[in-house]
Amino acid sequence: MPNKTFFWFFLPTGLAMILFIGLPIISTGIQSFYAQHDQVVKEVKKCDPFGCTVSIVVDNEETSKIREAKPLGKFNGFGTYTDRNHLAVDEIKKFWNETESFSAFVDQVTNLPFYKALIFTLTYCLFVTPNVLLLGFVIALSLNAVARKIRGPLIFGTILPMIVTPLVGSLVLFWMIDSQGIIGANIQNLMNDPYLSLKSSKTLTWITIIIYGIWHHSPFAFVVFYAALQTVPQEPIEAAIIDGASRFQRIKHIVLPHIYPVVTFVALISLMDNFRVFEPIIGFSAEGSAQSLSWLIYDNLVNEEVILFGSAAATSMMTIIGIAILLAPVLIRTWKEFKTAR
Amino acid sequence: MDYGLDTKSTRLKTFNTIFIITWLLIACFPFIWTFWGSFKVRADFFSRSDWWYAISAFNTLIETGGQFTTNAYTQAWTEGEFWKASKNTIIVTVFVVSISLFLGTLGAYALSRSTEKYAFWILMAALIFRAMPHITLVSGYLFPFFELQIWGILPTTIVVLVAINQPFTLWLLYSFFKTVPKELDESALIDGCSYFQAFRHIIMPVMWPGVITAGLFSLMLAYNDFTVTALLLNQENHTMVPKIQSYLGTNQHEGNLMWAVSAVVSATAPLFMLVMFFQRQVISGLTAGAVKG
Repeated sequence: MPNKTFFWFFLPTGLAMILFIGLPIISTGIQSFYAQHDQVVKEVKKCDPFGCTVSIVVDNEETSKIREAKPLGKFNGFGTYTDRNHLAVDEIKKFWNETESFSAFVDQVTNLPFYKALIFTLTYCLFVTPNVLLLGFVIALSLNAVARKIRGPLIFGTILPMIVTPLVGSLVLFWMIDSQGIIGANIQNLMNDPYLSLKSSKTLTWITIIIYGIWHHSPFAFVVFYAALQTVPQEPIEAAIIDGASRFQRIKHIVLPHIYPVVTFVALISLMDNFRVFEPIIGFSAEGSAQSLSWLIYDNLVNEEVILFGSAAATSMMTIIGIAILLAPVLIRTWKEFKTAR
Repeated sequence: MDYGLDTKSTRLKTFNTIFIITWLLIACFPFIWTFWGSFKVRADFFSRSDWWYAISAFNTLIETGGQFTTNAYTQAWTEGEFWKASKNTIIVTVFVVSISLFLGTLGAYALSRSTEKYAFWILMAALIFRAMPHITLVSGYLFPFFELQIWGILPTTIVVLVAINQPFTLWLLYSFFKTVPKELDESALIDGCSYFQAFRHIIMPVMWPGVITAGLFSLMLAYNDFTVTALLLNQENHTMVPKIQSYLGTNQHEGNLMWAVSAVVSATAPLFMLVMFFQRQVISGLTAGAVKG
C-alpha cells in the first residue's frame, strides 16, 4: 500500500490515539510538576473593650483570584514526587537514621501511602497472575475432556465472571462474603466468632481481593488456553501413549511446549490488567486496609475541597514507569525478533 | 482429549466431573444468588440475625405480604433515576461501538496491507497504549477538560472511550484482516478499483465475523467502564456503573443498598444475554491475538 493511501486510512484512528492517549500522558507529565496554590492568608485585627487580638484567616477572594490567574497551580519541580505522599525521600532518610532494626525501618516505610499502595499492587500481581494461569489451564484441560455436546453451556458458565465489570463482580462477591451475607454469616457461625468480618482484618481483606482477582481473570486464561489446546497435534500424543507416557508426562512434554507462546501472552495481558487493580477496592469498600496505585490517583481526583491534580499526576507518572518496567522485557524481545527477521 | 488410544479411568472421570461442577458453582452461584436476593427486602438479603431469611423470605413476607417483591426494581428505576442512567449507557454504547468500528476497520486494514517498517512500530505503540491504566489517562484529561469546559457531557466521554478502545480494536481487526488473502483486493485494484473501493466492496463483505467480534468488545468496554465515566461525567449524565456506585453511598441507609442490588441485576442481564447469543464471537476475539499470531 502506498504511503499516501496508508496515511489517509490511518489518519482518523491515529489522530484519536494521539489526541486522547498520547497528549494526556504529556499533560499528566506537565501537571506532575505543579502543585495547587496555597491558600492566601491575611491578618485580621479584632478589637473589643478588653484589647486587640490578631487572628489569621483565609482570604477566599485572593485565593480564588490566584487560582483563576494560574489554574495549573504553582511550579513545584520534583517537589510533589519527593513529598510525604509519594516517594517520601526525607521521611525515609529520617526513618533510616532513627530506627534501630531493619524490620522497624521497613515497618515505618510500608506505612507511607505510596509504598503501602505499591506493595499491595505488587502483592496482588504476584499472587493473582500465576494462579490465574494455573487455574485457567486446569479448567481448560478439564473442559476439554468432557463430551463435545455439553461444552457450549459449560463455557458460557465459565466465562461469566470475566464479562461483568470488576465493580459489579466485586460487589456481587462482597454481598455474599460480608458479615450479613450468606458466606460471611456462615463462617461466623462456624468459627463461633460474631465479630469476624472482612473489615476487621487487613489480611482477610487482602486475601479476599486476591481471590476475587483470580475468580475474575481465570476465565480469560481459560478461553485462550482452551483455544490453544484445540491446535495441539494428535500424532505426537498418540506416539507418546504407545510409548507408555503417563497423562502428566504427556501434558508436560507435549502439550505445554506447544502452547508455550500463548502462556507468555496470557501472562503479559493479565500482568498488565492486574497492575491497574482499582475497582475491587471500591466494590469491597476496602479503602481502609488495601490501597493500590490506581486507587491513590482516583482518591486524589475525587478529593472534595481541591482536586489534587499535581499529586494525582505524579502518582500516574510513577505508575506509567512501573508499566514500562513490566513491559520492557517483552518489548526488547519483540524488537530483537523483528531485527533478526529482517 | 478425544483420542481413540486415550483411555480414561473411571476415577479420573469422576474427579474431572466433580472439579467442573465445583468450578461452575464458584463461577455462577454469586450471580444466581444476587438475582434471587434482588427480589427480597433488605432485611432478608442482608440479614443481621439469620442468613436463612434470604431463602425463607421471613421479612419480605412481613413487609410486602409475598415471597418475592419487585420494590427494589421499581424504586431504583423511578426514584433512583436508573432509567436515565440506562438511557445514557445506551447512547454511549451505540456511539462508541459505531465510531470505534469505523475508525478501527480503516486503520487496521491499512496496517494489515502495509509492508513498511512503520506499520510494525505503530502496532507496538498501540500495545504500549493498551497497557496504560485508564486512571492515569483520566488524570491527564481532567484539567484540560475543565479549562476547555467540555467536562461532564456525553460527547467528551464517547470520544475518550473510542480513543482508549482503539489500540485493542486495531490489534483485533489487524489479526482478522491478515487472514483475508491479499490476492482478493489486489485483483480488485488491477480491475481499476481504488483502495477505498476495494476495502468497501471486496474486503468488508467477507470481514463481518471480525467486525462483529470487535464490535462486541467495544460494546463491553463502553458498557462496563467505570473509571472514565465516573470521573468525566457529571451526576446528571452518569451511566449505569457509576450510578450503581452512587447507590452504595457512604452511609448505607435503608433501601438504597437494595437499589444497588437490583441495578446490578438490571445492568448484568442484557450483557449475559448478549454474550450467550454471541459466545462464539467473544471466544474467537479473545483468542485471535494469541493463537493466530
